Amino acid sequence: MTVVNTPVQIGTGRSSVQRDVVLEVNNLRIHYDTPKGDVIAVNGISFQVYRGEIVGLVGESGCGKSTAAMGILNLVQAPGHILSGEVKINGIDLLSLDERQLREKRWREIALIPQGAMNSLNPVMRVSEQIRDAIEAHTGRQPNGKLKKEVLQLLNLVGLPARAYNMYPHELSGGMKQRVCIAMAIALRPPLIIADEPTSALDVVVQRVVSQTILDVKKRLGVSVVMIGHDMGLQAQLVDRLIVMYAGNIVEIAPVQNAFQKPLHPYTQLLIASIPSIKERKPLKVTEGLTHDMRKPPPGCIFQYRCPFVMDVCRTEFPPLLEREPEHFVACHLYNGKEKN
Amino acid sequence: MATSTSAQTGNIDNLSTASKGLSLNRFDSPWLNPKFVAGCILLLIVLLMSLLGPLVYDTTKARVASSPLNLPPMWMEGGSPAHPFGTESNGRDMLAVIITGAPRSLQVGIIAAVIGMSVGVVLGSLAGYMGGWVDGVIRTLSDAIITIPALAVLIVIAAYVKNFELNTMAFILALFAWPAPTRLVRAQVLSLRERGYVRMARLSGVPPLEIMLKEMAPNMLPWLAASLSGNISGAILASASLEALGLGPTRIPTLGMTIYYAIKAAAIIRGMWWWWGFPILTLVIIFVGLFLVATGLDEIANPRLRGASSS
Amino acid sequence: MGGLTKGYVLRRVLMFFLTVFIGSTIIFFIPRLAPGDPVSSMISRMMAQSGYVENSAEIIAAWRLRFGLDGPLWEQYLKYLGNLLTLDLGYSLTNFPVTVMDLIRRGLPWTLFLLSIATILAFIFGNTIGAMLGWRRTPKAMKAVLPFTLTFTSIPFFMLAILLIYVFAFGLKWFPVSGGYGRGVTMGLNWEFIKSALYHAILPALAIVITSMGGWALGMRGMMISVDSEDFLILAQAKGLKPARIFWRYAVRNALLPQFTALALTLGSIVGGSTLVEYLFAYPGMGYLFYQGIVNQDYTLIQGVSFILITTTALAVLLIDLVYPLLDPRITYQKR
Repeated sequence: MTVVNTPVQIGTGRSSVQRDVVLEVNNLRIHYDTPKGDVIAVNGISFQVYRGEIVGLVGESGCGKSTAAMGILNLVQAPGHILSGEVKINGIDLLSLDERQLREKRWREIALIPQGAMNSLNPVMRVSEQIRDAIEAHTGRQPNGKLKKEVLQLLNLVGLPARAYNMYPHELSGGMKQRVCIAMAIALRPPLIIADEPTSALDVVVQRVVSQTILDVKKRLGVSVVMIGHDMGLQAQLVDRLIVMYAGNIVEIAPVQNAFQKPLHPYTQLLIASIPSIKERKPLKVTEGLTHDMRKPPPGCIFQYRCPFVMDVCRTEFPPLLEREPEHFVACHLYNGKEKN
Repeated sequence: MATSTSAQTGNIDNLSTASKGLSLNRFDSPWLNPKFVAGCILLLIVLLMSLLGPLVYDTTKARVASSPLNLPPMWMEGGSPAHPFGTESNGRDMLAVIITGAPRSLQVGIIAAVIGMSVGVVLGSLAGYMGGWVDGVIRTLSDAIITIPALAVLIVIAAYVKNFELNTMAFILALFAWPAPTRLVRAQVLSLRERGYVRMARLSGVPPLEIMLKEMAPNMLPWLAASLSGNISGAILASASLEALGLGPTRIPTLGMTIYYAIKAAAIIRGMWWWWGFPILTLVIIFVGLFLVATGLDEIANPRLRGASSS
Repeated sequence: MGGLTKGYVLRRVLMFFLTVFIGSTIIFFIPRLAPGDPVSSMISRMMAQSGYVENSAEIIAAWRLRFGLDGPLWEQYLKYLGNLLTLDLGYSLTNFPVTVMDLIRRGLPWTLFLLSIATILAFIFGNTIGAMLGWRRTPKAMKAVLPFTLTFTSIPFFMLAILLIYVFAFGLKWFPVSGGYGRGVTMGLNWEFIKSALYHAILPALAIVITSMGGWALGMRGMMISVDSEDFLILAQAKGLKPARIFWRYAVRNALLPQFTALALTLGSIVGGSTLVEYLFAYPGMGYLFYQGIVNQDYTLIQGVSFILITTTALAVLLIDLVYPLLDPRITYQKR
């Protein structure tokens, strides 16, 4: 039996709005080499991102979301390696390109806002030089004046003062550095941006500013964003759709409203229940049980050890990702027999 | 000599890889590292030669006028098995010179390096741990002495001291051997001082000396050993350099002085390569051995260094 | 913008003077500590030499006065320091009435020439090789071959020099055995001379370059490995930059910084080592002067050469210290 973690649309009668697919991930599999065997970091996930939307990719630490992001960018570093899969941006599979073609497509088609901008900027280059680098790598050397104007425009777009142009990274605050990264990411107006936990390293106030900037950018440029994170509260405010990952597998995909009001997968329910609320007093939900050994996932559902609703079938059969409601997919045996007609 | 730069950056990673020995359980066993082992073997060869040599070979042949002059090594024409490595213009037998000279070089190097290292550890720890003006004074002083070309001053000293004993030379060399370890130990102490477990100890009121010995020292062990190896190398080099200029002990044969006599007698252009060749070879074996030991220990202390060459 | 603040420059300059001060103090006191009175033996030797020089008695007397050779120790010391400031290093004992400074003036340019070329070449080659060895994306073939260029790391300069002389000068006769320039060639800014000078500098320079290259390479390799795991390299890759640009502008540019500090620290030993190389090649620089001083027991010459070597090295380190903040924008040195 092949284990497939691809969203399967059931029923032909549904009228799905025909939207442009910007990113199509098919069966992406990423493993880590360890002396004691391969760790399955990403277990053949598939999903799509439409034009102009923000998709949140959430899960706890170690669930594979950052690895998946690196996989999408084809930037997986040793000891990780991509086993198989397709990553199609505007129809072209990034994973099948050679070095030169890949370099061409990078940043033009897909950009990255990294986690921890503190360390993602070259300490010995000025902000302007680093942004110019990104641009000139794809458009060739440009006349100084023209490029300067463009860079200043970009800085303005993200709300940075013009004097940031000549500064070195260490002269900027954390939030400013992150916004430089955002400015850099939109420099070539890519259709897709991967934002890898862009606000995790920042304090709450700065988080808001950076998040707002990302939203701004999306609205103004119509860019699609895959927003990776683990702060459910933040995700609720920013994303249009939510993808929930656990131990290398996608367990639920849903529009953000549905995800928060009617979470279907037990793991999603736990995630949402764990968000502290100002209004009500609720006990801290600590999930019980241990996570499995990532080298040898158990047969059946990978959440079985921690699921409060685990059944016998969960221990033997891997639940496929099925559409239960319009645009709402979940991989759970609880809904067997309840497929949408 | 530029030694471990990883030490300069003060980077020690704790990897709990399986190994024997309680005190070194944070690091791999040194015996698993090929460079370390190779280095130890080389040094062992020299040591064995120094210890066993006098038992199997007549070392009185190292004295002046004890052997026929200018014999080439035994595998060349004109050589004789009685003098396997040949003889030189003063009637010394080369093999005997090597056997008696090598341990002397090691002796000088070890004494100077150990003194320098001890002073270095003490001053470096003080500077790193205390901070403030103590740190300022020690740092300024050691930086000044590092900048001074040691050989230039050593030559002046040696030129004035008439009867140069081996140990005198060692002590004088120690004068310039302490700044480098001081600097490096200070950097290590500074970085370790802010580690979580050290701060805990400080906050719990553990006396500084105990902290230094119990918390910091075990982490620095392989690294200190690598540094010591480098210092011995430097000291032997300094002593060989002085001797090659004719400023070494004259009553006993040393490897450096042998090279000096060879140069003075124009042995190079006379083609008598065995006169300077064997002392150089011995010294090179010692240097390479110490270097491999230091590099191997460096790799143990900083596992990432192993990565790039093997992957 | 970080860089040179007045406080930083001041502190570095003070350090320079302190270093020279400590060095010259050591040189001053050692002869005075040795048994016997080298000073009076100096005088008597000069008198013996000066039999053929006019007014020698007056010159020697004036010299005694200037150097305070008659007074108490502390007075001598102060006069000594004062003389150093004016670079008055006294007369060469064996070449009286030639002054030490005269001899040094002739020898120093040769040393500077040899040392700068050798050090710069070793620094460039060594660090480049090290960078390539430590870079993840260097082709495996290269990584296997390059270490062979570093086989001579552990050999001291002068030993390699001996080997080079034996093999290439004596054996193959490709290079001259000694000297700074050929016999019969006149000194001066003519092409003959420059060609000859370069030709004679090749072997001595090689002795220094081949051995010190390894030290730089090893250090640089370590630094590159550290830099290799930095996040900004990942972003650089994601930006689609050319690999060469990432290597030089992002990785090397960062990894190289500590190497300059290392250069400042090891300059002392490089100078010391090159002294011996000059002695072996009879290269007419400071090293050779040193040797002559030792052989002839020309104490003033030895002291003078030592002093100039200390000063030049300290000056070079000062220059490196002043240039470094310009290379690393993170260094502000506001309050250290």
